[in-house]
Amino acid sequence: MIRFVLRRLALMVPVLLGLSILLFIWVRSLPGEGPARSLLGTRATPERIEAINEQYGFNDPLLEQYLRYVGSLLRGDFLSSIRDGKPVLDTFFDKLPVTVELSLAALLFAIVVGIPLGYVAARYQGRAPDTAVVSGSLLGVATPVFFLALLLKLVFANWLGWLPATFRQTPGIDATQVTGFAVLDGLLTREYDAAWDAVLHLLLPAIALGTIPLAIIVRITRASVAEVLQEDYVRTAESKGLRRRTVARRHVLRNAMLPVSTTIGLQVGLLFSGAVLTETVFSFQGIGSYLFQAISQRDYPVLQGYIIFIAIMYSLINLVVDLLYGVIDPRVRVST
Amino acid sequence: MTPAGPSAGDDALDLVATPADERGTSLWRGAFRRLRRNPSAIIGAAIMLVFVLVAIFAPLLTSFRPGTGEFFGQVTPSSVPGPSQEHWLGLDTGGSDMWTQLLYGARQSLVYGVASTLVGLTAGAALGVLAGGFGAVGGRVGGWVDTAVMRVVDILLSIPSLLLAVSIAAIITQDSLAIIIAIGAAQVPIFARLLRSSMLAQGKSDYVLAAGALGFRKRRIVMSHILPNAIGPTIVQATLNLATATLEVAALSYLGLGPDDPRVAEWGRMLVNAQSRFDADPRLAILPGICIVVTALGFTLFGEALRESLDPRSRR
Repeated sequence: MIRFVLRRLALMVPVLLGLSILLFIWVRSLPGEGPARSLLGTRATPERIEAINEQYGFNDPLLEQYLRYVGSLLRGDFLSSIRDGKPVLDTFFDKLPVTVELSLAALLFAIVVGIPLGYVAARYQGRAPDTAVVSGSLLGVATPVFFLALLLKLVFANWLGWLPATFRQTPGIDATQVTGFAVLDGLLTREYDAAWDAVLHLLLPAIALGTIPLAIIVRITRASVAEVLQEDYVRTAESKGLRRRTVARRHVLRNAMLPVSTTIGLQVGLLFSGAVLTETVFSFQGIGSYLFQAISQRDYPVLQGYIIFIAIMYSLINLVVDLLYGVIDPRVRVST
Repeated sequence: MTPAGPSAGDDALDLVATPADERGTSLWRGAFRRLRRNPSAIIGAAIMLVFVLVAIFAPLLTSFRPGTGEFFGQVTPSSVPGPSQEHWLGLDTGGSDMWTQLLYGARQSLVYGVASTLVGLTAGAALGVLAGGFGAVGGRVGGWVDTAVMRVVDILLSIPSLLLAVSIAAIITQDSLAIIIAIGAAQVPIFARLLRSSMLAQGKSDYVLAAGALGFRKRRIVMSHILPNAIGPTIVQATLNLATATLEVAALSYLGLGPDDPRVAEWGRMLVNAQSRFDADPRLAILPGICIVVTALGFTLFGEALRESLDPRSRR
């Protein structure tokens, strides 16, 4: 087990190294005239652009720039944003809770709603509940994240006025920051009104972001449960008189969760991509919207740093998913 | 012993007993027969047909040209003309006829959706078969091949797909090919991982052991035994991806990396342009939005039915 984890961590090193090289080239080949132009805006003159390029070393050969970049990374210096001068590492960890909170809420919504729905659909395969669930999941997967986000905003915020349309919390609300997770902070500091306010602000974005993962989880759960239901051991369990709930939990779901757990792991990337869009629609100041601004302004250090951090987190999450896979399925544990 | 999947029946004895003309075609012929009886397949196929016809015959269905902005004079900062006798769906924010824009938008979605999924599926399935096949029956050396291939996939997978697409779209400038490759490349790791994991799972089955014991070549075991049994989830994924590819073009447009030419009508960009006026005039965003949803739905319905008909285990 420990050897497996260590080996996987060691394998991350070449992956990240390869990624950092690719990223370095990618980021520098973004079209346009680089960060200097967007930094200076209308004040841009060839001399000023040249001065900035000189200052940041953008005129040096790519290899030299890359080695210098890796050198500073190894010293623990992740550089600063060209745009606002803030250290990349600081803003990343400032904004991380926003995106993680949003993604977790979306994933929670997708799992909690998706697995039972998928199970019900498989149990009643071909009948009304199945048709309803399958149609719903088809519609969910066919709707663009930001279209859904806009629609939810229009209906529930603008027309009905039930839920807030933008930001994580009502501006000016008296909320103490501890961890950066708005809901958790509210609970920790016993400012329950602030926590509830944050929950209300999270609802629409989480539903918008969670709908595609939800649809996918429903489909995979349904397919997987339907397959397991035909197994002999399920028939055995049922015919020896076990309660339906026991069979569902111990025999069906546990075996059917294998493909589902892989799918949930794969959703993490999807959530992150979706977060870029959702955060923009709902004016959340998270990693996604910051990254979006960095792309449009060619903020090299932010782009490189953020994507590498995201990749590290993503790899770690996948490692955890694989470990969980071993916990759920002993056969995999033996073979790794 | 549990029944070991559909292709376990193709052992030597069975083949001898089967008339020649039923051997190769039965799977696909049977699939087609089941497909014709499935209502969601019919609906999906109908949507796809309409979509393809609209994409091809767009010029015949309207008297206007897309993206000209010829009625821009009628658009004011506060309002865009709604449905009228001349423009039955009204104008869009750029001052073009909405109906025309929607018709021509189908072309973009067709090209981008199908082409990018083909790119992703081909490359992803190739990597998946390589890793899964070697991993399942290749022994020690096979394990190394599996590991090496999957590390490459991991690099791709370690970047969220939209960011990957954004990066690639940004490098190879914003022409159509770039967008296709960008969205396709983002799908590669999904297909590769999925196919590999289901092939590895199938590799432990009794029928694979049996095929090995009968002395079949490893290549044959992988291609005719493991692959057909393992491809199911990949097909489901491909159908879903046809839809998501359409959605990702819209997302790229949203991030300002879509088709560069403003004269090209594209649903995603229409939706984005309409966003600032969404409150006042939801029609502007809802119409292209519905087009995207219906198209994605058509692909999904048909593909889903195709999976059910190809995979006898999921037959009702």
